[in-house]
Amino acid sequence: MSIENSDDNGTEELHNNDKAVEKNMQTQVTPSSLATVAGNREVRVPGSEMLGIGLETRGVHAWFGKKHVLADVSLDFAAGTVTALIGPSGCGKSTFLRTLNRMHEFIPTAALAGQVLLDGRDIYAAGTDVTKIRLNVGMVFQKPNPFPSMTIGQNVLSGLKLAQLKRSNTDDLMESCLERAGLWSEVKDRLNEHGGALSGGQQQRLCIARALAVEPQVLLMDEPCSALDPGSTFRIEQTISELAKTMTIIIVTHNMQQAARVSDYTAFFLSDGGPGVMVEAAPTSKIFSAPVDKRTEDYVTGRFG
Amino acid sequence: MLTATEIVIPAPRELTTKPRRSDQIFRGVVTIGGMASLVILGLIALFLSLKGIHILREEKFSFITTSKWEVITDETGSIAGSSFGIGAMLVGTFLCALIAIIVGVPIAVLSALYLTFYAKGAAKKFLVSLVDLMAAFPSLLYGFWGFFIFMASAEYWAKLLNKYFGFIPFFDVPAPIFERSPFIAGLVLAIMIIPIVTSISREVFDQTPLDRIQAAYALGASKLAMIRAVVIPYGRGGVIGGAMLGLGRAMGETVAVYTVLNVVYQINWQVLFGAGGNVASLILLKFGEAGPYEVDALMAAGLILFVLTLFVNAAADLLITRFGGKGR
Repeated sequence: MSIENSDDNGTEELHNNDKAVEKNMQTQVTPSSLATVAGNREVRVPGSEMLGIGLETRGVHAWFGKKHVLADVSLDFAAGTVTALIGPSGCGKSTFLRTLNRMHEFIPTAALAGQVLLDGRDIYAAGTDVTKIRLNVGMVFQKPNPFPSMTIGQNVLSGLKLAQLKRSNTDDLMESCLERAGLWSEVKDRLNEHGGALSGGQQQRLCIARALAVEPQVLLMDEPCSALDPGSTFRIEQTISELAKTMTIIIVTHNMQQAARVSDYTAFFLSDGGPGVMVEAAPTSKIFSAPVDKRTEDYVTGRFG
Repeated sequence: MLTATEIVIPAPRELTTKPRRSDQIFRGVVTIGGMASLVILGLIALFLSLKGIHILREEKFSFITTSKWEVITDETGSIAGSSFGIGAMLVGTFLCALIAIIVGVPIAVLSALYLTFYAKGAAKKFLVSLVDLMAAFPSLLYGFWGFFIFMASAEYWAKLLNKYFGFIPFFDVPAPIFERSPFIAGLVLAIMIIPIVTSISREVFDQTPLDRIQAAYALGASKLAMIRAVVIPYGRGGVIGGAMLGLGRAMGETVAVYTVLNVVYQINWQVLFGAGGNVASLILLKFGEAGPYEVDALMAAGLILFVLTLFVNAAADLLITRFGGKGR
């Protein structure tokens, strides 16, 4: 434990030092260092830049068929912040994430109760155009999923075509989206190649660029780094930090270090065999240093999960 | 430090493995199964060639360019002269199959999309098994249905087409005979191939990776936009493959065409006019009363059809590799 603590002096450099991150990921990090990581990162004050729009949930329940998988989750996501959803497998955090842009209902037996308010308006209200909701609330999936029939450039702009949006200068939009996703310098000479030619990490950043092109206010990320190597993970975390200046980000992660590194707020989900519940939500440094609930403490200190 | 000259580069080793007995046996069984179809195909080709080759030698290119089919016998019953040509039948084969594809494939693709993405629950299950059942229907039933029931409506449509699009050479007719035309036979063939093309297309559409579908929806796509951007590119190869299977079936179809079409030994490009034929129906028509010599001519016709079908399938494979792989 003490060895790790001495290592953590370097955490401030984490965001601009690739090697340090890789080293950090390969070693077993103890809970106290997570608190340090969370404590050392620059804290974004909610609303200080007033970009993006906020999202609130009120008593969200979810079912798959008869199985109650998520119970009574009320959470606020302030505009321009990054919130991490953590918890062991099967705790309902991904399900919860998918209720936020109505992807939940694609599973045939899925049901839902409660409200999700985007900018104060319930996205499940009768007469809502779901496609408009998804334009405002973008999503990046666990497995990179670029469209293989399209080139890199076409992939970035695919949202415009899919949602039938008109943009005047698509070349500039393509460049800025790739730039913001941290991919421009790597692909600027190969925009006409197919997306499948990229590495996994590049594909995931391509998917982020694609999500950005329709200018969402909120970006949902479902374990975006779980299929990636440490270097790519680092690049995507950098991207998240950049993006948080202009939008609200909610990220599901199994990696507590990642939560500590990138998020302003963390919500801990848990299921004790029944439906998943949100145990505790607080500023990230508090979750990792002084959690209120015993179960949160057990989880973040690595006693289970 | 070793310098380059000190490194001895060994020759690559031969990598071998001793297969288990059970593996060897299974390998043998599977190989026999795989070779069987190839051997049967080869034997058919050999048989047709042996029987038909002397006819092809005699007739040369006129066998496929002319359309006269007759055997002249003298008083004693021996053959005095003969003329064999399947030009009209080849044209008819192409026309009927083409009409079947043009009409049948779009309907089949739409049905497949409906079954995959719009139909729900029990209705979906029922429709899927119904389509599969239709694919297994005997073609004679399609022929009867086409002749006794469908003909009247199709004749009316043919008249309309001729009235309003008669200026296009294909839709012109030399005489107002609209019954038993390639157009009607093509429509019956279209209905025959719809189930098989639907069935194959549906299976490909069904396999569209969920993560791509979700990616499209997450970008604000409507269902139509999702299908166009994700499902169609993914399924294109399979749909082409299904269409080619349908084309093969339409080209080789015998009974349904024989029932519906008025077989005439004259090349007819005017699809609405009641005259035509196809190679398979010619063989069926002539086989019963043909003498040994004429049978050989029919075998030659069969050989041409065989080669044609192989060619179409090869072209289909080429198309699939060319256009099908992109969306995968």
